[in-house]
Amino acid sequence: MSQAVRIRAGYLLAVAALLLAPQFFYPVLVMKVLCFALFACAFNLLLGYAGLLSFGHAAFFGGAAYVAGYALKSWHVPALVGLLLGTLAAAALGWLFGRLAIRRQGIYFAMITLALAQMVYFICLQVPYTGGEDGLQGVPRGSLFGLVDLADDRNLYYVVAALCALGFWIIERAIHSPFGQVLKAIRENEPRAISLGYDVERYKLLAFVLSAALTGLAGATKTLVFSFASLTDAEWHTSGEVVLMTLVGGLGTVYGPAVGAGVIVTLQDQLADKVGSLVSVIMGCIFVLCVLAFRRGIVGELQALYRSATGNRY
Amino acid sequence: MSGLFGVPWPALMGQLMLGLVNGSFYAILSLGLAVIFGMLNIINFAHGALYMMGAFLAWMGLRYWGIGYGWALLLVPVLVGIVGIVIERAFLQWLYRLDHLYGLLLTFGLALIIEGLFRHQYGVSGLPYEIPAPLTGAFNLGFMFLPRYRAWVIAVSLSVCLGTWIVIEKTRLGAYLRAATENPRLTAAFGINVPLLVTLAYGFGVGLAGLAGVLAAPVFQVNPLMGSNLIIVVFAVVVIGGMGSILGSIVTGIGLGVIEGLSKVFYPEASATVVFVVMALVLMLRPAGLFGREQ
Amino acid sequence: MRSNLFTAALAAALSLAAGTSAAQISDNVVKIGVLTDMSGVYSDLAGAGAVDAVNMAVEDFIRREKPKFAIEVVSADHQNKGDIASNKAREWFDRDKVDVITDLVTTSTALAVMKIAKEKNRLVMVSGAGSTRITNEDCNDVTVHWTYDTYATANGTAKAVVKQGGKSWFFLTADYAFGLSLEKDATDVVLANGGKVLGSVRHPFPGTDFSSFLLTAQASGADVIGLANAGADTINSIKQAAEFGITPKQTLAGLLMFVSDVHSLGLKATQGMYLTESFYWDMNDETRAWSKRFFERQKKMPTMDDAGLYSAVTHYLRAVKATGSDDTQKVMAAMKKTPINDFFAKKGFIRDDGRMVHDVYLMQVKKPEESKYAWDYYWVRQTIPGDEAFQPLSRSRCPLIKQ
Repeated sequence: MSQAVRIRAGYLLAVAALLLAPQFFYPVLVMKVLCFALFACAFNLLLGYAGLLSFGHAAFFGGAAYVAGYALKSWHVPALVGLLLGTLAAAALGWLFGRLAIRRQGIYFAMITLALAQMVYFICLQVPYTGGEDGLQGVPRGSLFGLVDLADDRNLYYVVAALCALGFWIIERAIHSPFGQVLKAIRENEPRAISLGYDVERYKLLAFVLSAALTGLAGATKTLVFSFASLTDAEWHTSGEVVLMTLVGGLGTVYGPAVGAGVIVTLQDQLADKVGSLVSVIMGCIFVLCVLAFRRGIVGELQALYRSATGNRY
Repeated sequence: MSGLFGVPWPALMGQLMLGLVNGSFYAILSLGLAVIFGMLNIINFAHGALYMMGAFLAWMGLRYWGIGYGWALLLVPVLVGIVGIVIERAFLQWLYRLDHLYGLLLTFGLALIIEGLFRHQYGVSGLPYEIPAPLTGAFNLGFMFLPRYRAWVIAVSLSVCLGTWIVIEKTRLGAYLRAATENPRLTAAFGINVPLLVTLAYGFGVGLAGLAGVLAAPVFQVNPLMGSNLIIVVFAVVVIGGMGSILGSIVTGIGLGVIEGLSKVFYPEASATVVFVVMALVLMLRPAGLFGREQ
Repeated sequence: MRSNLFTAALAAALSLAAGTSAAQISDNVVKIGVLTDMSGVYSDLAGAGAVDAVNMAVEDFIRREKPKFAIEVVSADHQNKGDIASNKAREWFDRDKVDVITDLVTTSTALAVMKIAKEKNRLVMVSGAGSTRITNEDCNDVTVHWTYDTYATANGTAKAVVKQGGKSWFFLTADYAFGLSLEKDATDVVLANGGKVLGSVRHPFPGTDFSSFLLTAQASGADVIGLANAGADTINSIKQAAEFGITPKQTLAGLLMFVSDVHSLGLKATQGMYLTESFYWDMNDETRAWSKRFFERQKKMPTMDDAGLYSAVTHYLRAVKATGSDDTQKVMAAMKKTPINDFFAKKGFIRDDGRMVHDVYLMQVKKPEESKYAWDYYWVRQTIPGDEAFQPLSRSRCPLIKQ
């Protein structure tokens, strides 16, 4: 089989799995996994390809969730318009964060994004539009173009799947475009990228805004799925969770983070009732294990295994 | 009644004193972070969890073994320091060759584990720790009742911070430390055991967090989440101050405590966000932080 | 007890007569879901104790009434988060065929689950959450609000404190919907009883350091500082008020406190405070008998939430047995028809807005030297009759109530 055929077969398999998943699993859970998969892949665009660790992505996820929720609930906009507004809001917020944060690098970048996200969290807590601690509840799912009733889980599932597929497609295009190549160059050697004449800050900012916007799409979609936007979405634990998903799945692999999201969300769903508060201990252990011994993540390890088995570097 | 912008002086002075107390905690914690960062180039995300552990050890000491506050103040930082040394030897030392971000991620994982364990064991509703008898009561300063214990917190933290500064800037040990920070390889070539210095620095920085925990136990409830709420503010403090100098982290910590106190007088709703706003402003004007050096 | 059974039987006969289709119980299993806070700030109030109270109710019901159907209890931790609660409820209703969800400590989780339950037409019995929104703006016909609400606790406490001479008030309010509604409820009561409110200060939620807000409250010179917050926030405010010499010069009034908070703070810090609860274990032989059984299982005395849950689940199971159905509307109709008479409530009844109306009690915390044995914490100062304790229907904002 040639490379191209294999890749095409892979995509067909993925699409088939996506279409059939609700026959075998609880559709709401699959939709949750999809939202977090998109979230993690968007986050990975920044960490895996631009080398920027943001510890504040919850702000975009939660911010978009609230904006979309508010628009759907109070302005009664159609479902897709609500999602679009959420995404745009996240992009704007991402631009603001990016302007401030890309002035510093590495650990500072992580701390600044974390602090800014915490500020957003407090704003979400205090402004009257978000319902504060109670969250924004009873967000109507509405319908698609007035034709398809989204209150039905199955109908909504295919819309969510299509939206996430769109998100993945954008990410993949971005990574394999010249823009993605420049990002990788910056990650590998920033001074060299500068000396080659690239406006590094602009590229970083653009990557940041793109990542924030797609994160926003994921957050807004989650609001639609659960009819609910809550402070949890904007909390720093959520920022940490997405780092974990990315790490588990495979940092810098295109679809690794999606696998990681699937693993972590399913794990949390299964464990929550059995071990209670020990969930966070287990998550912490996975974190430590990944950092110490498993830095390539599931997909990264599989790729390495495949390469060593075939003796093929690519 | 005279005052500033309609706020009477006594209320203003009272809030300033309280800001000083909070600033003391920020100062000790950001000092510990700065020491660790200087030697290991790692941002210790577990700092908040270890601060919480300090408070819990004080509580457990009193509850299970009858160890009072005075001894806790001496023993707990040492214990937490030892925990830190174990962490450094068991985990962190394997990461020095890698991107510094992995240190942040590892300590984040450790923070989740430590917090989760205490949460599982003790719940999150908070456990009371009585103010030690000799420090109960309050000084009447005329404009406010300053509880003795709060005054004690300010005194202890200022002297610890000052002591640390003197050790690092004025003693031989401090000179080794600073040398190892500047150029570890050259320092090792002079026959100084740099890995040992690194381990000790981590133990010391973490011990400071433990000390802050003991100091905090009687003021706040002993609560598994007490650290994670605080650590993000301290991160902002660190960004504002820049990691450049020991003195810088102390001054910024106290200063921001005071600013936070003032915001509680003039616009209480903003008190949770004021530190982050200051951070954004500083980043716009001086990206390296107030005391930081441009890399 | 006998008359109680009689009325239940009568109600059953009536509802059977009124019912059209043959009643039945799906799979012959009644499934009760306990959604509560197992590890968070309210785990002492609810948590494992709440789940066990439900288990006790089920065990007692099976032993005493020998039902022909099986009863299952499932429980989960909602971590005080509305989104987790709503997901779990969806899953329970969709996948696990849960008939009724109960406890729901914290308002956000209760409101979230109520919406899902309405959508899926299943029952909700709220016990742990307190906001009056549950039976007002957000009320629906599948929800019963059992144990208490902020109107009752703020009303009882504030009225008593004003009558004791605490005329001028200042509020320390948690800056979110729940705190604000608590403050509003209490403000109305203070004004109505001839007191005045000097102002309020809002603290971030959750807070750790209340000292600066307390200083503001102190500077106001009010007689009473009303604590419009809950859980750990209330506990910390009380501790720190003592530290700054605010108490005993000014009085603190906890607008929502539970026996578990008093237990956690100790009598030294809480002595003399007034608070309103709908249950105290040491009130009479009936409450003592039940509470001691609870104590043997949980090694702590029950909170009003635990007691309320036992009462609610028992009432629900009797309604199921009486109607021979687990159909939501039929069971709800039977529950509303039957008065509640047990150790928790006397002559209690469920109003159309879902409020279970029963007496509540004004308590005063004992001085340390007055406490004779473990958990001997309260003087019961006054019994507030149900129709005074809860918001009258004439002021209801519930769409189900025709004005």
